[in-house]
Amino acid sequence: MLDWPLLTLTIFLPTFGAFFIFFIRNENPEIVTRNARYVAMWVSGFTFVLSLLLLRDFDFAAAGDFQFVNRFAFSSNSFFSYYVGVDGISLAFILLSTFLTPLCILSSKHAIKKNVKEFMIAFLLLETFMIGTFSSLNLVIFYIFFEAVLIPMFLIIGIWGGERRVYAAFKFFLYTLLGSVLMLIAIMVIHHKTGTSNIPELMFQNLLDPTTQKWLWVAFFASFAVKVPMWPVHTWLPDAHVEAPTAGSVILAGVLLKMGGYGFLRLSLPILPDASVYFAPFMFVLSVLAIIVTSLIAFAQKDMKKLIAYSSVAHMGFVTLGLFALNLQGIQGAIMVMISHGLVSAALFLCVGVVYDRLHTREIARYGGLVKKMPVYATVFMFFIFASVGLPGTSGFVGEFLSLVGVFQANKIIAAFATLGVILGAVYSLWLYREVVFGVIINKDLEIMKDLTLREKLVFIPLIVMTLFFGIYPKPLLQLVEEPSAKIVAIYTLPDTLSENLVRPSTINIDEKNNQEHGGH
Amino acid sequence: MSPLHYSLIVFLPLIGSLIVGVFFNKITNKGAQLITSSCVCLAALLAIIGFVNVALHDNALSVFVLDWITSGELNAPWKLRFDTLSIVMLCVVTIVSSMVHIYSIGYMHHDPSIPRFMAYLSLFTFFMNMLVTSDNLIQLFFGWEGVGLASYLLIGFWNEKKSANKASIKAFVVNRVGDFGFALGIMAVYVIFKSVNFNTIFANAALHSQTELSLLGYQVHGLTLACILLFIGAMGKSAQLGLHTWLPDAMEGPTPVSALIHAATMVTAGVFMLVRLSPLFEFAPSALAIVTIVGACTAFFAATVGMTQFDIKRVIAYSTCSQLGYMFFAIGVSAYTAAMFHLVTHAFFKALLFLCAGSVIHGVDGEQDMRNMGGLYKLMPYTYAFMWIGSLALAGIPLFAGYYSKDMILEAAWASHGFGAHFAYFMGIAAALMTAFYSWRLLFMTFHGTPRMPKKVLSHVHESPSVMLFPLFILAIGALFSGALGYELFVGHGRVDFWQAAIFVLPAHDSVEHAHHVPLWVKKLPLVVAVFGIGLAYLAYMKRKNLPEKITQACPRLYQFFFNKWYFDELYDTVFVKPTKKAGLWFWQKIDVGVIDRFGPNGIAAAAQRISRYTSSLQTGYIYHYAFAMVFGVVVLMTVYLFGIKGL
Repeated sequence: MLDWPLLTLTIFLPTFGAFFIFFIRNENPEIVTRNARYVAMWVSGFTFVLSLLLLRDFDFAAAGDFQFVNRFAFSSNSFFSYYVGVDGISLAFILLSTFLTPLCILSSKHAIKKNVKEFMIAFLLLETFMIGTFSSLNLVIFYIFFEAVLIPMFLIIGIWGGERRVYAAFKFFLYTLLGSVLMLIAIMVIHHKTGTSNIPELMFQNLLDPTTQKWLWVAFFASFAVKVPMWPVHTWLPDAHVEAPTAGSVILAGVLLKMGGYGFLRLSLPILPDASVYFAPFMFVLSVLAIIVTSLIAFAQKDMKKLIAYSSVAHMGFVTLGLFALNLQGIQGAIMVMISHGLVSAALFLCVGVVYDRLHTREIARYGGLVKKMPVYATVFMFFIFASVGLPGTSGFVGEFLSLVGVFQANKIIAAFATLGVILGAVYSLWLYREVVFGVIINKDLEIMKDLTLREKLVFIPLIVMTLFFGIYPKPLLQLVEEPSAKIVAIYTLPDTLSENLVRPSTINIDEKNNQEHGGH
Repeated sequence: MSPLHYSLIVFLPLIGSLIVGVFFNKITNKGAQLITSSCVCLAALLAIIGFVNVALHDNALSVFVLDWITSGELNAPWKLRFDTLSIVMLCVVTIVSSMVHIYSIGYMHHDPSIPRFMAYLSLFTFFMNMLVTSDNLIQLFFGWEGVGLASYLLIGFWNEKKSANKASIKAFVVNRVGDFGFALGIMAVYVIFKSVNFNTIFANAALHSQTELSLLGYQVHGLTLACILLFIGAMGKSAQLGLHTWLPDAMEGPTPVSALIHAATMVTAGVFMLVRLSPLFEFAPSALAIVTIVGACTAFFAATVGMTQFDIKRVIAYSTCSQLGYMFFAIGVSAYTAAMFHLVTHAFFKALLFLCAGSVIHGVDGEQDMRNMGGLYKLMPYTYAFMWIGSLALAGIPLFAGYYSKDMILEAAWASHGFGAHFAYFMGIAAALMTAFYSWRLLFMTFHGTPRMPKKVLSHVHESPSVMLFPLFILAIGALFSGALGYELFVGHGRVDFWQAAIFVLPAHDSVEHAHHVPLWVKKLPLVVAVFGIGLAYLAYMKRKNLPEKITQACPRLYQFFFNKWYFDELYDTVFVKPTKKAGLWFWQKIDVGVIDRFGPNGIAAAAQRISRYTSSLQTGYIYHYAFAMVFGVVVLMTVYLFGIKGL
């Protein structure tokens, strides 16, 4: 078993499943649908098991090093090679992806009725691309996976979405495209200047001069900021969420948004340290704006999904804030927020999906008094509302608090403004809950609403368990990411050695002049 | 007692709550009541045994449970701390809670969701226990937010009522405003000490008494900043002036909840926190001065409002707010032990008052307006007697509990040399006068005079069942004797042995010691004004019943100002609530849709469309148009090639 390329298997098992579904043929479309569902279910479940094997065999003592490395060079040129491996951070995100995918597939039973086969193919391909993104160690392969995610997601919104799905899909595409072009250029520049495009060779080396770093940083920023999404490039998210089917929203909020944060963590911070320090204040301001402004906007929403989408932007503000605090608490907190938000926002979108499946509307005003008819649902929904608010004892608190502790050490005023978001978060979340669940039933069609089915409970239980687990005992996760985070922090704790003392092999001549001009950084 | 027994004090209520919560639809009402009540009663029993062990025999201990948040130097485990301070709190919490559990069996017997109610009550008790036994600031915050959650759930227990839902959200959000300060305070403490564990920060408090933090380019005294931020948290939870607006509204919850959470325990969490952090506050005199002023103002403010309210529960709620003010200015003058003493006695007599009010409300069919009561003393003799005991204790009449604790606070305030201490003394005296007045106003309006309720209600008025009277009896014992019994231990000569290391006071700040040597008039004045207040109430509500009306007509502005609670709600609505809503809409419509989308994706899409329309309109289909374009192109190219080549 150990000799197997376990990581590669995990990445491509869903693709294999997608192929298999592609060849399902039958006269009776119902049988095709059913088989497609079952295959997707089994494949994603087995992928989760494989990722658990990764966790089992993972060497925690060396969590900062890349493990399960698989490498395959297509040519002698080092620009493009298949090169994957995981450290603690990657593994955390891979587990999040493989954990959420089966739940999405399970939850889509009623929501997706047409073209089920194609939906499942898209979803499984999406899973491959997500895992691939989180395990790529070569910039080009990273780029390919990172951008490929766009395609199935574009289709999921554009085909199985709501009324304005085409508008939403194109908006989503347009935003992301701009960033991706710039990122590709940045990757080529990096390869040109350093002679390598392998991430482990680039990390912690500070190979590039500060000016180039800044340009490259901006190019990466254009791509990652859209994905996070940061204010003001966030407007695609509410539309995408509103139009996407529930499973699409879940995976979008749960995993896809994390790819931006992961990008900052994997590329910007370790490869471009000078620029990261330079742009940290800029990131702080944008993050705080995101937290406060989108929280305010969330309060003005009439559509449940839009409200949760805006709250996602606010939560992601804590991520970018924590990352650029550039200390251990900040980075660990940011990762914790991402994982926690992956569980909690996924669950919240599922909660919306539950009532949407029954009443086919997401308008907040149409609901009210659900607690009478759906007590179990009301309890589950409340649990996740409070997890989203960041109540201690849930995973949300650990992340938010750590990242705020990190930011407080970097800048107290920024931390104070970000903490304001904690108040605003309570306002809109509790307001949403009150409007939907409490009160008396005014709309007659709510009278016949049924409480959670067994299948729905099966979807929610793992999410509740994990949210509580990470809230009460986050140690395993914090340990998993501690060493890789500490490695990143280490390059920022020796500021004098950053721009001055390191020799840059390929760029030394060009940049001497620039160095003198920007010597201060 | 083994560490396991101590842990059981904390976790038994959780166990009860979980059992009932998980099996809520399989369990009978009786079963739910039995499980939760017996768990909490057992916890109370263990707490009393623990009190003897820890406080009287000096066996403080802490129990490690589990690792929690570890990140670099930040290390906050789940750990339970049992010293005198926490065991005193545990006793108060579990005893009052078990009484409220039993009382609820009678009070809620009509309610359709009894299991849910009992589970919430027990859950609250668990969080409160976690709060008082926490060993580090983050765990304290866990309990802090947990009781906030329980409070939210219980205020909004009748979730069909719009007002109840509003009040529950208001309570949570206003508390969050306080938590904003609390969270930042924890971070400041961490930055100063590189730790959040009590043992470490207390041991190093003196060492860091001069540490400075930079803030906006200024150097500020680190501990002062941290303590002020933490105090903001305490203000939220303990409803101090400015962040008090949620407490009166919280009366929307069932009355047992008001007694447990909004009188005896949760609202005193802020007091507890400051007492717990006495080693930090002792080195932050400016923060103490702020605590003194805010506490004194709250004591005065709430009493003025309490005199004018007609809702029986709201009167007691403002009274609670006012009494919390006393505790805070006691802390401000470093009389931590006196604050704790008043916290304990207050828990008994205020819970008693609330439960009596509940008994009245239960008896008169849910009516809460005192204008529609009156003449109940014959119909509800026991409740009437208990109400007297509670009121006597609250007003500070000798032999009753409040006499010992409140007078101690006032004497300490006079004896202290801290900033604002004498101001606090006089505000406290004024509040004491008003306290006596509104307490007897409540008694007279409710129990005396002619009955003012409709005949139908009057015919149903009944004394409460014994399951409700028994808890009143127990609490009345506390209201009678806790002051006299506790005096020596809490604030008398035995206090140093009793509190051990749990409370720290700098020798120069020891106002409790000085309080024993104040002039006689300082000691007697509170009693004089209390008796005067009772007399005044007797005059206004028994003898000359048109007097209140005359007074309100004589100074209508002042009366309206008090009656409308100094217009805090209106102020906040205009300054915070409405602008926030508007800002949300504005940012959405004007910035997100109006600017970002318009010039961003939609703009680009529109521009692309326009350009393609222009280019497509070039394709006219006429052959001579194309021919012309071709010839023109050739001419341009030739010209460039022949003449402009150098320039290119």
